[in-house]
Amino acid sequence: MNETFQSAPEGGVPVLELEGVQKSFGAVRALRDGTLIVQPGSIHALIGENGAGKSTLVKIVAGVHRRDGGDLRFRGESVDFVSTAESKAAGIAVIYQEPTLFPDLSVTENIFMGRQPLRGGRRIDRAAMHEEATSLFRRLGVDLDPRRLARGLSIADQQIIEIAKAISLDAALLIMDEPTAALSGIEVDRLFQVARSLRDEGRGLVFISHRFDEVFALCDTVTVMRDGAYVATQPLADTTVDALVAQMVGREVGELFPKTAAPVGDVVLSVEGLTSAGVFTDVSFEVRAGEIVGLAGLVGAGRSEIARAVFGVDSYDRGTVRLGGREVRRHDPRSAVRAGMAFVPEDRRKQGLVVEGSVARNIASVVRRGLRTAGVLTGSAENRASGPWAAKLQVKTSALDMPAATMSGGNQQKVVIAKWLATEPRLLIIDEPTRGIDVGTKAEVHRLLSDLAGQGMAIVMISSELPEVLGMADRVLVVCEGRISAELDRSDATPEKVMLAATRRDAGPATPGSTTQEVQPA
Amino acid sequence: MSTEMLVQPSATSPTRRVVGGLLRSREIAVFTVLVALILVTTVKNDGFLFSSTGFRDLLLTPCLLLILATGQTVVIITRNVDLSVGSTLGLSAYLTGRLFVDNPGLPVPVVFLAGIAFGAVLGLVNGVLVSWGKVPALVITLGTLYIYRGAFLTWAGSDRINASDLPRGFSRLGTQQLLGIPVLTIIALVVLAIVGYFLWTARAGRELYAIGSDPDAAQLYGLRVSRRVLLAFVVSGALAGLAGVVYAARYGTVSSGAGYGIELQAVGAAVIGGVAIFGGSGTVWGAAIGAFLLVTINRALPILGISDFWQQAVVGALILAAVALDRLLSLRQERKLVEANDR
Repeated sequence: MNETFQSAPEGGVPVLELEGVQKSFGAVRALRDGTLIVQPGSIHALIGENGAGKSTLVKIVAGVHRRDGGDLRFRGESVDFVSTAESKAAGIAVIYQEPTLFPDLSVTENIFMGRQPLRGGRRIDRAAMHEEATSLFRRLGVDLDPRRLARGLSIADQQIIEIAKAISLDAALLIMDEPTAALSGIEVDRLFQVARSLRDEGRGLVFISHRFDEVFALCDTVTVMRDGAYVATQPLADTTVDALVAQMVGREVGELFPKTAAPVGDVVLSVEGLTSAGVFTDVSFEVRAGEIVGLAGLVGAGRSEIARAVFGVDSYDRGTVRLGGREVRRHDPRSAVRAGMAFVPEDRRKQGLVVEGSVARNIASVVRRGLRTAGVLTGSAENRASGPWAAKLQVKTSALDMPAATMSGGNQQKVVIAKWLATEPRLLIIDEPTRGIDVGTKAEVHRLLSDLAGQGMAIVMISSELPEVLGMADRVLVVCEGRISAELDRSDATPEKVMLAATRRDAGPATPGSTTQEVQPA
Repeated sequence: MSTEMLVQPSATSPTRRVVGGLLRSREIAVFTVLVALILVTTVKNDGFLFSSTGFRDLLLTPCLLLILATGQTVVIITRNVDLSVGSTLGLSAYLTGRLFVDNPGLPVPVVFLAGIAFGAVLGLVNGVLVSWGKVPALVITLGTLYIYRGAFLTWAGSDRINASDLPRGFSRLGTQQLLGIPVLTIIALVVLAIVGYFLWTARAGRELYAIGSDPDAAQLYGLRVSRRVLLAFVVSGALAGLAGVVYAARYGTVSSGAGYGIELQAVGAAVIGGVAIFGGSGTVWGAAIGAFLLVTINRALPILGISDFWQQAVVGALILAAVALDRLLSLRQERKLVEANDR
């Protein structure tokens, strides 16, 4: 087992110091200026929008990624972890957003894998291991059979295992990346108790969360990040939710996203009381011809799930979806396409393209049935059908025969859009239209969406980029934990309002001292 | 810190848990089928069990496949597969013969060690290619299956090792018994016990399960994934090398066809014995019983008067039944768990 934790010698050496840490993935600069200083005996909140670079920063500290530049010191010493094993051995425990468990192994083995207690002959001491697991669970106040397999555990229970694992590491620094997302109120309270007792032992904790009430209830210091860079660090006692939100979103909405006003026509899509147990609840909205409706919210709030249910990829429990007044059958994407819906998914490489297939084949893939001559689909028919669309979207037509995999992200996205435009839809649902796309192509995609709306198409756009939503959407629907928490008109929608609506919680744990404010729907 | 529990611990007694676990265990199910098969065949022809050769063959015939299935299980648990073991077995069997032909006085244990070391080297090649080449093991070992077989053909040509080339002390191993149990079977069972104990009780053994269960999570845990996968292939290769020596001792003659196609039987035995082909679960005990069952079925069906064609089909049906059973059980378990979570 590990040596018992010894708090750092007095004199205020921070547990963790990051200064100007940088990290790029290809052309994408995920982290420009990662700066974070965590004192021992402190719970430090790290907040920022989606894509602000928090998770990248955590993964650099944990040794998952290596930094490109900048300083990283742990307990006063400069370190350069090349693997998670190294950071773990140094005394850093990380609870990731997604639980990482071995489903085929017992709960206990999941906690102690790689560092099981041994007895004579280097054999694993199972009795001791189960005993330790039981006492960990007792400390966390949960009832879990240490011998059961991890397979089939609820997300909350999986998260508990992660926490138990981190605690058993006896680490000097514990990083929690949104640990409460799947927990109920009472479980959150338990977690907070444990976190406070770890703090009182002189350890440093980093707490990443989108829930302001929890941040204010638990943490003493907060660091705000934006667009991959450090913004500010301050004691929580000296700040307010409003001030933090302003720091998180503090940037101007540029002219990058020109949505031209289009005449708004009849209702095309009408969703009423859509509910899928545990995913989203009572979602109702309308989209009219010529209108772009933005679905904003945090990653995991249920935006994509709502879109998938409307299109019929996923089923739902209650509610109706109507297109042009006629009800669309649930869980039947084919009939949704026939009715005039198109869906550009979030992950274009996996869900939107046959990456090995040619560009022409991809574009023609949805309309294929109509292209057949005597039941045979020829390459030339595919080329004929896809040519005009490719030209319209400025996909290089010389590329029609190339495999889609060889194209840039921006061109791939255009191919996916072209594929759906070939079906002449009345409603286009587009999930993260410009993720991973360079700035120039981004503008093209935006202009295209704007043009399509101008021609009378109804568009639902899901985006995690606030400026994109605010620039493009005629109306913004904010989704928070599976519900629509606010509906804001274009003139009304400010970054602050959207952020607040996206992070508010109606049924959180009691949080004395919280200054959470709620925005009423416009 | 409060120590009160939110919910009382579930009151399943240890005895009930053990009994319940046994009833659900795949090993017991396959073992029951094996016993039933032996009983039925013995009723039809009591020589199957109750003649001196019948009992000996029952224990002796499976020992080759048993050793291979043990090694195969170690690899499959890590979500890989080793198809090259048949060729490794052949090469090692021929090596055994050549060693005795070229050095007549060589002590038998030295030859055993040579076979094991030789197999381990071939396994190391597989392991290096799989864990550092980042190419699926199915493809790599399919390649080495042909390469090793080709090397064997080039080396042996039309030459073959005959029983007369082998020292008596060595070929006697094929028929010798200890307390009524064939020596080769004892060797196989000892190997099985060692590997089984290692997988259950050593950290490295448990890490093999973890890697197969979720390779990405294993990386995040900081496990040394490449090194462990390499180890699994070395073990599999070494056991295939041992099986080659055993092959020479058992049959006395080694031609270039030795061990041809046996790799798929080894995979089949593991699958029948409950080793999940996607890694992470299963035991060598199950694989061993699966090997026993596969071999015994092949010997029992002719006695039961079933034609050649159906013998192959029965083996296939057994594999499909085993997989279907797994799927069914896991679906049922999932439903139960979902209901439990929805409470």
